[in-house]
Amino acid sequence: MTTQFVSQDAHALKTPTEGEAGSVGVVHTQFLQFHEPLPLSSGQTINAYELAIETYGTLNAEASNAILVCHALNASHHVAGRAADNLEDIGWWDNLVGPGKPVDTNVFFVIGINNLGSCFGSTGPASLRLETGKPWGAAFPVLTVEDWVRAQARVADKLGIERFAAVMGGSLGGMQALSWAITLPERVAHCVVVASTPRLSAQNIAFNEVARRAIITDPEFHGGDYYAHNTVPRHGLSVARMVGHITYLSDDDMAEKFGRTQREPAAGGAFHYGYGVEFEVESYLRYQGEKFSRYFDANTYLLITRALDYFDPARATNGDLAKALAPATADFLLISFTTDWRFAPACSREMVQALLKNEQAVTYAEIDAPHGHDAFLLDDARYHGLLCAYFLRIAATLTEVISKPEVQP
Amino acid sequence: MSHETSATSRASAVGQTLAIRQASPTGQARLVSEMSTPQVADLRGDLARIAQWVQPQTRVLDLGCGDGTLLAHLKRSKSVQGIGVEISDARVLSCVQRGVHVIQQNLEDGLAMFDDQQFDTVVLSQTLQSMHNTEHILREMTRVAREAIVSFPNFGYWPHGWSILLGRMPVTGQMPYDWHDTPNIHLCTLKDFERLSHKLGFSILERATFNDQREVKFLAGWRSTLAAYRFTADRSTPPRSRA
Repeated sequence: MTTQFVSQDAHALKTPTEGEAGSVGVVHTQFLQFHEPLPLSSGQTINAYELAIETYGTLNAEASNAILVCHALNASHHVAGRAADNLEDIGWWDNLVGPGKPVDTNVFFVIGINNLGSCFGSTGPASLRLETGKPWGAAFPVLTVEDWVRAQARVADKLGIERFAAVMGGSLGGMQALSWAITLPERVAHCVVVASTPRLSAQNIAFNEVARRAIITDPEFHGGDYYAHNTVPRHGLSVARMVGHITYLSDDDMAEKFGRTQREPAAGGAFHYGYGVEFEVESYLRYQGEKFSRYFDANTYLLITRALDYFDPARATNGDLAKALAPATADFLLISFTTDWRFAPACSREMVQALLKNEQAVTYAEIDAPHGHDAFLLDDARYHGLLCAYFLRIAATLTEVISKPEVQP
Repeated sequence: MSHETSATSRASAVGQTLAIRQASPTGQARLVSEMSTPQVADLRGDLARIAQWVQPQTRVLDLGCGDGTLLAHLKRSKSVQGIGVEISDARVLSCVQRGVHVIQQNLEDGLAMFDDQQFDTVVLSQTLQSMHNTEHILREMTRVAREAIVSFPNFGYWPHGWSILLGRMPVTGQMPYDWHDTPNIHLCTLKDFERLSHKLGFSILERATFNDQREVKFLAGWRSTLAAYRFTADRSTPPRSRA
């Protein structure tokens, strides 16, 4: 088993590590510094920033086997393997990415990038601002999916990757993949968009707004500059996460997991007739919220939910999604899950319809899975089987490219 | 209709493929001699004919595309830009494995995903008889494509009548299901289909009829087990060139 690390000026260095079958093993975060100002959708710029990345597999000589994995709201660049600084910390898409897995690191060079504004190593609101030496806090600019794509493209430049074999992601990650295909079409051969949407609905925005209000109205928020007060709006962030979490699960999933089971009923199964934890589902949500509030930055939560709200590539084409997608030249794979009500199959079908209208290459699968939006993170034989088949096709295109000079001397 | 005779060198290899696919060895011999142009040899009889009807470098929609056999063949032999619609998870997976673009969808939900006249040809092979809303799907086909092709089992095949005379619903090779356990809810004869086409204002451009993969022309209404039709809603539409 080998794990590869990327240095800033070399493509890949092979470093053998002991590992487990199907795992990329122990992985180290790499930090890339950028000093060229990054123009943002808001009109602002970030002059200098750092991005945390992980890579798995080896970039081939033609730099044609690179896969970019874009992360969703609360994930990071730690896509697969065990984090070197915490071996219990397994990558969020480890069931998909690894040697012999659907995104096979024996074949592909896979990159995970922590997005700008996030809180897992890349420059974000909690980072110290170069100009002041103090945390950015409320001064950190609002970012968009397009800004992230621009920043990710600079990582690709640094690694010498002109064109990705595939850019992929689920949920918000899928939006980034879609944005890549639209804004940098020549750099994306395949675009894999899972459980995503071309824009948030009013209901989606509403949930985000509830989450943001929970954070902003927490007395510990201090207008976003809570770092200076040595505190964090933990309660607000916890409630925000609870709201978000509800939207990730299906009604059936929740019914099956918790039903109306009482947490610690009074004698004879009676209610407590109070406002403490009465039902299992409450206990679960509180636990999830509190856990989240211990490791996630509240300003990042605001920033990312806003980026979700703003994403709408068809805004530039008067709502015409087909027109917005027209520049894309990638081969698309879209996948949705039947019980996902956050980004329902209808959202994916809308993208499929637009791609079909443009006569663009698209494959669409609607997986009948019970786990709601979260299904994109879970192991499902049909879902992973499909991705496996698709990436085998991509792998075949790499061989074609490589073997061409031999066939035609 | 004349069949191209195949190169003998290919025939044995082709025969080997067919031996796996065909139950009857005699049928196999017929197939090799009658329809094995090198490209279509490994296709089911009606699919081979459908493939012949499709023009090179056109856009084809295959409804109920199964494992993508027809589209993979059309892509390889005619540079056709194809897309399939399929409901089954396993068959969608097969399509992806073959490199065939596929949309997972229930055909009963209609073709709203597709624009008017988005395709040159739309194919519905051996699926019409199991659809609930027959007229709707046929109309939808002529909406999304310039030309439509359907194939279906012929209920008018003479042993079916014999079976009914003997008091039993027919169970034959093309329709191997018992009456109480069949996906076939809208069976018809050639004449029935032609009447419906007329009612819907379609012009039938071509018809091909088969018995056990072999084409039959004489008394086709009785002797064929399977029929394929190529039709259009408006015969005056000039063919769209995409080369």
